[in-house]
This record gives sequence, structure tokens and C-alpha cells, in this order.
Amino acid sequence: MRLRIRFSKLDKIRFTSHRDVARIWERALRKAAIRVAYTEGFSPHPRLSFGLALPTGHESLAEYLDVEVLDLDGDAADVPERLSAALPVGIAATAAAVLEPGTVSLQEAVVASSWRLTLTGITEDAAHQRTTQALAAPSIVVTRVRKGHQVVDDLRPGIERLAVLPSGPDGVVVEADLATRIRGIRPGELVAACYAGAAEARVLRTHQWIERDGERCEPLAAGAPSSHALGACA
Amino acid sequence: MSTLWPRIEPLLAKVQKPARYIGCEDGMVTPEHAPGKVAWLLVYPDAYEIGLPNQGLQILYEILNERDDAVAERSYAPWLDLDAELRAAGLPLFSVDTHRAATDFDVLAFNLSAELVYTNALNCMDLAGVPVRNADRGPEHPLVVAGGHAAFNPEPLADYVDAFVVGEGEEVVGEITEVLRAWKAAGRTEASRHHVLHELATISGVYVPAMYDVHYAGPHLASVTPRYPDVPERVEKRTVADLADWPYPKHQLVPLMEVVHDRLAVEVFRGCTRGCRFCQAGMITRPVRERPAEQVRTMVHEGLRRTGYDEVSLTSLSTADFSGIERVVTETVEDSGLCGPTSVSLPSLRVDAFTVGVAAQISRARRTGLTFAPEAGTWRMRQVINKLITEDDLFGAVESAFSQGWKRLKLYFLTGLPTESDADTLGIAELAAECVARGKQHTPRASVTASVGGFVPKAHTPFQWFGQNTAGELRRKINLLRDATAKARGVQLKWHDPRASLVEGIASRGDRRVGRVIERVWRAGGTFQEWSECFDLGRWEAAMAAEGLDIDWYVHRHRSEDEVLPWDHIGAGLHKDFLWLDWQASLRAHGLEDCRWTPCYDCGVCTGYGIEHVVASPVPPAGGSQGTGQGVVGVPVRLDSRPPVQVVA
Repeated sequence: MRLRIRFSKLDKIRFTSHRDVARIWERALRKAAIRVAYTEGFSPHPRLSFGLALPTGHESLAEYLDVEVLDLDGDAADVPERLSAALPVGIAATAAAVLEPGTVSLQEAVVASSWRLTLTGITEDAAHQRTTQALAAPSIVVTRVRKGHQVVDDLRPGIERLAVLPSGPDGVVVEADLATRIRGIRPGELVAACYAGAAEARVLRTHQWIERDGERCEPLAAGAPSSHALGACA
Repeated sequence: MSTLWPRIEPLLAKVQKPARYIGCEDGMVTPEHAPGKVAWLLVYPDAYEIGLPNQGLQILYEILNERDDAVAERSYAPWLDLDAELRAAGLPLFSVDTHRAATDFDVLAFNLSAELVYTNALNCMDLAGVPVRNADRGPEHPLVVAGGHAAFNPEPLADYVDAFVVGEGEEVVGEITEVLRAWKAAGRTEASRHHVLHELATISGVYVPAMYDVHYAGPHLASVTPRYPDVPERVEKRTVADLADWPYPKHQLVPLMEVVHDRLAVEVFRGCTRGCRFCQAGMITRPVRERPAEQVRTMVHEGLRRTGYDEVSLTSLSTADFSGIERVVTETVEDSGLCGPTSVSLPSLRVDAFTVGVAAQISRARRTGLTFAPEAGTWRMRQVINKLITEDDLFGAVESAFSQGWKRLKLYFLTGLPTESDADTLGIAELAAECVARGKQHTPRASVTASVGGFVPKAHTPFQWFGQNTAGELRRKINLLRDATAKARGVQLKWHDPRASLVEGIASRGDRRVGRVIERVWRAGGTFQEWSECFDLGRWEAAMAAEGLDIDWYVHRHRSEDEVLPWDHIGAGLHKDFLWLDWQASLRAHGLEDCRWTPCYDCGVCTGYGIEHVVASPVPPAGGSQGTGQGVVGVPVRLDSRPPVQVVA
């Protein structure tokens, strides 16, 4: 059976890489005595699949992974607690559910992420102005490197929503929904293209979105992620 | 006394692998500093991914933190990018546990596992805000101590380190803590700093260079003598009598990022009496002390459950020699209390079919590479170095491995050994080709990687008198092997940079004068010398020249029997005359048996320190010859037909 798990990655541990997090999960599942299926072959490895990589240094309330589980030995509802006890400080499992057979993988299903960016080097007024400009622009053309080649891309179609929130103690707060498909945009690229001169002091993924019957929804139906446990491992 | 984290955090967005600096590992402690507690900062002077797995550092970290009167945190050399960021921001070296400034600690304790980290050690002191020369330090500075295998020749860092620990640290860190606690309580002053150093010098196993006068006679060292009557003429190494008393680490650190040796490690025994003459580790860690099998099983089982690792490494200098090794590995791979398949790895395989059988059994979960270390290409050469592996042993191991499904083997060799002829060097290529040929009978894809390192003579070994081959000579030998293996299908040759071996040679048998060379190289920017992208021989040559020191004299010269060696005032327990006789025996290609299973030949360690081997089995393990006495009768004393080669200039 496949189990989908939502987890948060906050504070110091945000400096670990996507690969690091995968290995952290392999160990945590063993510690929590959740038996995972292994691949066949010369060098078997546990069958875990993650959604879109979170860039090293960014935080998240909405990371997901799917695990092929042999037997759960308990209720899926207890899984987050069992796992959180086995995970390092800063990573916590916040929801889990058994997937229907045939559920599309995270890699294929996720279409967009919501981000909360804390920017320095820019005033709130300037942020409002740049946001209006960006949303009004018919295209935002940038040159970026993909697979070793310079390509010209239009970022505008991938910016689904952009809004300035009241500033916090650490800087100006911008919320953005960015598409992950085809010409997906990373938060760093958004800042460089639309808020030139500003720096990201903090980047937090708050949601990932899939589409079901034309509706946007969370990859896990169970309760939406909330802003909890900030400041762990301080 | 507060955390620097808010100031370090913004820098981490700008550097490679920022997870090196965050701590947060499973097993980390967050100690409560207090005026009555001695604060140790344990520093591994290389990158985090190299230093984190170091067992010695982790053992001391736990032992110190278990004490009421001490706290210990860890630090690793910041990579070049963070080093520059810290200096630009005016920030010091910090601990990864609570991100506290190095200067908030009472002691900076360096782990010196190899010579090429010396410049990093100086850099860490400097980044900590501590004057690199011990003579320039004042009461406001922490004490700088160092231990590890390289401390068995402490002289190159004698002007930079306040006190060295020679040997095993489990017991002595407590004794040092007690002295430092009194120093801290009484208030640090100029006079008390001198007093505390004097007091440390009276602890067994602690060497305080400032308590000794060094005299030279021309280029030669004449004497190193204590300045006070209560300071020992020779500092003898510390050795714990029974490993069973020290089941550490109990909570091995589980790193969040990928590191070398990323698995659980359980030390099954310490010391080795195989007697390989090139091997400093084997000479300085005697006698053999096995951990009780029951304790090994418990540490493996609990360690795997606690860490979530799927692999455990049973560590020692030759793990297949552990009494009852088969049972321990069987019980581990079949342990139903573990969640998912588990592998065992043996970091140092003995070369015989028995060992391969064990390896096949333990790698059911994940078949990792097999590495053997015959060390030399001909039987004559292996007798010289006392690595008594017959060709039958090696071929038996190789055929066993290929027949059980392995496709690729790795063989380790040394070149530049005493009495080595070109025929001996080329024997490496022949041996590797023969292994491939035998492998082809089992699998068409059989291949062998021969990894060749230049031999660097080390202190406290029978080869300490031998003049190291020049980098040019090592290069020539590697080229011989390149030519010889170019047409050999299935043989891949890898080699260690002979220029790095040269620098290792400068430091490994250097005296106090070499310290200024290390300082010059560091000041010229020569850190991370173990990393090929940072290593620069030119800096070392320039520094030697600037100090008026001759590379040939330090590295390539054969020493004579009566020469005062820079480490003669450091005792590893081995009689100097035993080492000299063993050196002479090696020149006659005489082997020497393993004394854990045969009568004592009095190397000096057990008799001198009143300790003995702790070995569960009175007989050697089955399989192969291995100088174990089985099937080896007559072999160790077989004389080479050629006359002994004269190497002493």
C-alpha cells in the first residue's frame, strides 16, 4: 500500500539538500518501524518518492512523500506522531493517509506551489509597485540556463498570484503562487526578475497544489498545513 | 557567552554545503556551560564530511559530556568559502552544537589523524582568535591541545600546540579536565597559565613541548630534555586495558548530510599485531584488545535501532581477525528486531577465502565493493614489509569473490618500499593481471582496480630509518606500472599524487624546525592540503627553502642506528632496539609472526606497560596463512636467496 505523508522543514535544517532529506526519511522510517518495500536488484533501495525538490535553504510547511509500505502495524493516523519522534529537529510529519490505488505520483500531479517570501533591500511601497508592474506585464522574459544551455523563457505565465502582505520584523512579505509545470519558476527567479535589488531573507513554501476534477486541492485531503512549530531547533 | 547563530545564518546562504555548519545531528548534545565546568571544543581540522564520522572525537565528546565538571562541543574546519565569509564578517571559528565562539571555550582540542591537516589546524587556531604560536598566548586564550595518531611525532607542531595527548584519550581527558578545572577556578593569569602547563606535563601520556629544551648538533637533533625534574624524560602513550569498560560511542552522531563512512560503526577491537612494518597504526596501538562479542552484538543492535542506519561497519585494523566474527555478522544480518535489510561492512578485509565467505554472507542486503590490501606485488617484497600473504591466499580470495558474483575488486598496493626493485614494482601489475585472468573463468566482466600509494615512512615503525623515495622516483615507478597495465585488459590503475607523499614525508618525520615551514605554508594560503584542488607542492618547497631546510635531508635520507630521532622522547611502548632488529630482519626479507597467537617476542609494549592482549580465541581464525601459524610453518623465517640490500647510507 502507498502512504502519502506531509511534512514540514523549518529553521536550521532548511540548509540540508533534497538528497539529504531523502536519506533522513529512509532512516526515520526504519526507526519508526514502518516496513518499507525495497526495489529488486543488485542494490535494493527503499521505495520512496518525493515531490518537487525544495531548494536548499528554503523552508516549507508543505513537503510530501509517497512511501510503498509493506505493512503499517497500526493506524495511518498515528503515523505522523511515530515519524516525528524519529525525525531530526526541524522536520515533522504533519499528516498521512493511505492512497487509493492508481493515484498519480507527486511529480506528475503537483501543478503549483504557494510561497511566502521575506525580502530585504526593498520598501513595502516599492514592493507594491513592482508587484503591480509584474502582474500587468504581458510577458517577463529572462535568460536562464537549462541543461547547460542558455534559453530565453517567459516567466509571466507561471506567475499565478502575487500579493504583498503587511511587512514583518524581518522584511517585506510577498506571497506568490508559482506554477511548477513546463516553465516552472523558482522563488529565486521570481525575485531576480520582478524585485531586482531585493534579497530573500527567508523563503517558505506554504502549499503544494494538485488538480482534481478541475479543482485545485492539497495533495492530502487531511487538514491543510498550518503555520505551526516555527522556530524549532533554535 | 551566547550563540552566534543569528550572525552565521545569513552567511550560510552564500556557501556550498551549508549543512556542514548547522549541527542538529541525532546524538548531538546541547550542553549547559557553567563557570565550574571546563569547556572543551573538539576540533577536527578538515571538512565536516571527513571529520564528523571520526570515532575518536565522538568517543571523547560523549565521555566529556557525561562528566559533571566538563562540557564538550564540536567544530570542523570551515571550507574556504565560509572561512572567507567569517573573516569578512569579523566572526570567529564556532561550535556546530550551539554555535558558540571558539574563544568561549577553555580548551581547543585538535584531532590530528594525518600530517596534511597541520596547516588547517593553524588556520582554525587563527580563526578562533588564538595566536598560532604557543609562546604568544596569554591568560585570555584557551589552551590548545592535540591528539590522534599524528601526535606520535608531535615535534612539527611543538611550537603551536600547548599540550599533546599521546595514545588513547578515554582516561586522560578526565585527568586533564581536573587540572583545568582548578586553573579555571583559581582565575587565569600569566603565571597560572605556565603553572597549568607544568602540571599537565606531569600527567602520564601528556607532552607539553614548552617543558623541554631542544639542542641541535649541526643539522642533527642532539637532545630533547625536560626543563624540570618532575617532567618525564620520555612521555609514554596511554592505553586502556580493556575495551569492555568503554562501550563508546553510545549515541553515535547521525549526520544530516552525506559524509564519508555514512553508517553505524562499532569498534570490535583495538590494536593489531600482524606486524606490518610500514603500518604506524598497527605499531602504536598495541596490544590487541577485543571487545566482548556480547557487547559488540548489543552495540550493533541498539545502534541500528537508534540511528535507523541500514549498515554497520565493524571497525578495527583487521576485522576478520576478531574471534567469532562469523557469529557476530550472522546474528546482525538475521536480526529480526531490525526494520528492513541490514548490511555489515568490514573496512579491512583479510586476504583469504574465509574472509570472502564472510563478506558474501554479510552483503546480502547490498553488495558493496570488495577491497584487499596485499600491499606489495611479490612474495619477497611482502616478506620485507611483513605482510605475509601468499599468492595462494590472494588467488583463493579472488576466485572465491568472483565465483560468488562480484565483478570488480580493488587491490591496494604501496610502492617505494625498502629494497623495492623494478621487478617488485612490476609484480603489482602482474598480480593484478593474474587476478583478472582468474576472474574471467567465472565472469567475463571481471576487472580489478589496483590502487597504488607512495610509501611514507612513519615514526615508531621499523621503517622509521628508511629514506623515502623521491617524488620523481615514485613517479617513475607509477609510470612503469602505467605502461605495464596499459595493455592489460580489465586492470585499472589508480595512484596517489607522489607530491603529496613528499609533503607527508616532510611532516611525518620532521622535527621542531619544520613547524615554521607549516606556518609559512598556512600564511601563504595553503589550507586543505588533503584536497587535490587545494594542494600545492610549490608552497612547501618555497617554505622549506625560506627556512633553510633541505627536503632531501628530511625526507629522502636514510637514518643511522645511533641518530637521535625527533620522537625518541615519545614512547609508544616499542623498544627502539626491537624496531631496529625488525628493520634489519626486513632487509633480509625475514617475516615475523603475529604474537597474539604465538609466543611473545617482547616488542616492549605489554611488558613495559604491564598490559596484555585481550583475545577471546586462543587460536587464529581458519583459512589462509596470514602469518597465523596455520599452514605457514617455515614461511616467516624463509631467507631470501639474494644478499641483504644495503639501504643505510
